[in-house]
Order: sequence, then C-alpha cells, then structure tokens
Amino acid sequence: MNLIHSLEQEYLKADIPKFKSGDAVKVHVKVIEGTRERIQVFEGVVIRRRGGGLSETFTVRRVSYGVGVERTFPLHSKKLAKIEVVRHGRVRRARLYYLRKLRGKAARIKELKK
Amino acid sequence: MSKAILGKKVGMTQLLTDDGQAIPVTVIEAGPCLVVQKKTSESDGYNAVQIGFGAIRERLVNKPDKGRFAKSGIDPLRFIREIRIENTDDYQVGQEVKVDIFAIGNKVDVVGTSKGRGFTGTIKRYGFRRGPMTHGSKSHRQPGSSGALGPAHTFKGKKSPGRMGTARVTIQNLEIVKIDVERNLLVVKGAVPGIRGSLLMIKNNIKA
Repeated sequence: MNLIHSLEQEYLKADIPKFKSGDAVKVHVKVIEGTRERIQVFEGVVIRRRGGGLSETFTVRRVSYGVGVERTFPLHSKKLAKIEVVRHGRVRRARLYYLRKLRGKAARIKELKK
Repeated sequence: MSKAILGKKVGMTQLLTDDGQAIPVTVIEAGPCLVVQKKTSESDGYNAVQIGFGAIRERLVNKPDKGRFAKSGIDPLRFIREIRIENTDDYQVGQEVKVDIFAIGNKVDVVGTSKGRGFTGTIKRYGFRRGPMTHGSKSHRQPGSSGALGPAHTFKGKKSPGRMGTARVTIQNLEIVKIDVERNLLVVKGAVPGIRGSLLMIKNNIKA
C-alpha cells in the first residue's frame, strides 16, 4: 500500500483545517456557469467523514426551506476553494445520522467548550 | 508497432481531476524489464522478443533457466514472457524496457490472471437468473434444465457449476493516466485482473 500512499501525496491538499463530525462548516464550492466561474457557499453540519488518503470524503447537512439537504464532497477535490470551520460541536458519535430524524430545536448541536 | 512491458499490480485508488471528477485508477509497478532473448524469422520462423521481470533469489532458479540467462549475460529474473513483434531491430539482448515506452493518454491492453472464486454455481459463474425464492418454489439458485430429453445426453460445453477464476483475462483499451519513470509506476484508468502483487502484461491496444 505504501506506493499508493506516496503516489497520492502530491495530490493531497495541505491547507485543510481540522474538523470532524458535529462541526459547523462553510464549504466554498467552485461552480461553473457557462464560461464564468463563481464560488457558492454551502453551510451546514458535518455528519460524516469517511475514507482515507485521496479518497476521503465528508458529508455536510443543512436544512434549507424546511428540506434537509446533504452534500458529500471529496475532501481533496479541486472544486473546493476553501473549507471554513464556523464552530466545533460536541457530539458523542462519528456518524450523525440521527440528525435526519430531528427537526428544529432538537437538531441543535452544543458547542464544544475547550 | 507492438510494445509491451511486464509489471505487478500494486492496487487501486482514485485520482481527482481539475473539474472535480474522481477517476478510479489502478497502480502498476511495471518494469524495468530486460530483453532476455530475440527470435527472428531466419532462426525461429517468427519475430519476437522475450522480456524478463522481477528479482529472484539465486537458489530458486532452475538449471535450464540459469543457462538461458547465462547465455544472454544477465542476472536471472523471476518471469519471462514473449512478445510477438514485426521488427526486432530496435531491441538488443540485455536492453532495458521501462515504462517510458508508453505515454500519458495511450490506450493499453492489460493481461493478468483473474482472482480465483473456487467452486461456484451458475448464477455467479455465468450470470444465470435465479428461481423464485417463495411461493413454494425450491429452485432458488438451481441451474435449471440441462437440455432436452431427445438426445439422451447432456451436450458438451453445457454451462454448469464449477471452478471460476484463476484464468487468463485481458482488459482492453485502458487509458494511461499517469507515468512515473523514476518509480517505474504506470497508472491506468479502471480495474485490471488479479490480486494485488500478481503479474501483469501491459501491451499497446490492438483495437483503437
């Protein structure tokens, strides 16, 4: 596996902030409309990080106009301009699928106090 | 012009393109290979070169192979494969064949030995459909009819359960995504046959 690991090195992004499940993030996504390129921000709670190396992805969930929206991004994708951590949440598991069943106040996550 | 190199499957991963696509790739450690022997139409009736690949301990080389390598004046190698080539003038015995014979964007055929599946039924082996799972049916994964009554024989070649895999498989037209001459790596798009560490032969594609 070492050869694959070293091959992936040059594709990995170095400027990824530390974040994990439960954290609120702003993901700056490059969107191409015709010939123009602009940045769209997707803000929500990280409910999952999976995989390793170049294949690592994370899923961000937000409730938009009463509809739950989840987007999964490859962590090292070149379409991501920036990942901004808004706040760190205190959660007790790595996969926050339980949030899908919760609405409103119940779906809040406490902020992590250091 | 046909060209080929021997290699070892390292494993699979993905590479991310600039437009956000993740492409599945297989990493192959290919070469450096050495030309062990040349065959020409004058002496052998056809044109070919034999290339060898992979380090081997002295103790594991049998006497006939030792003789062959001694004749070509190179250290013994683990694998030897023959490639049919129209014109052998470009190759000399002892010459190195490296991944730089290919270029990024080239299409290649990859030959390997598929993973062994053991004794399998007809559904896995030939893609037969299964019978109903309920409504009193007991023919869940049965092979079905093995032929008509009239001939009083099951014809030869009837698809039946048996050993699957561990066969020579060629995957055609895989695109080369990346080449690393320093580390002897070839990265092709898609999957190739066999387990990690198995021997592969990478040839230029025969179908455009």
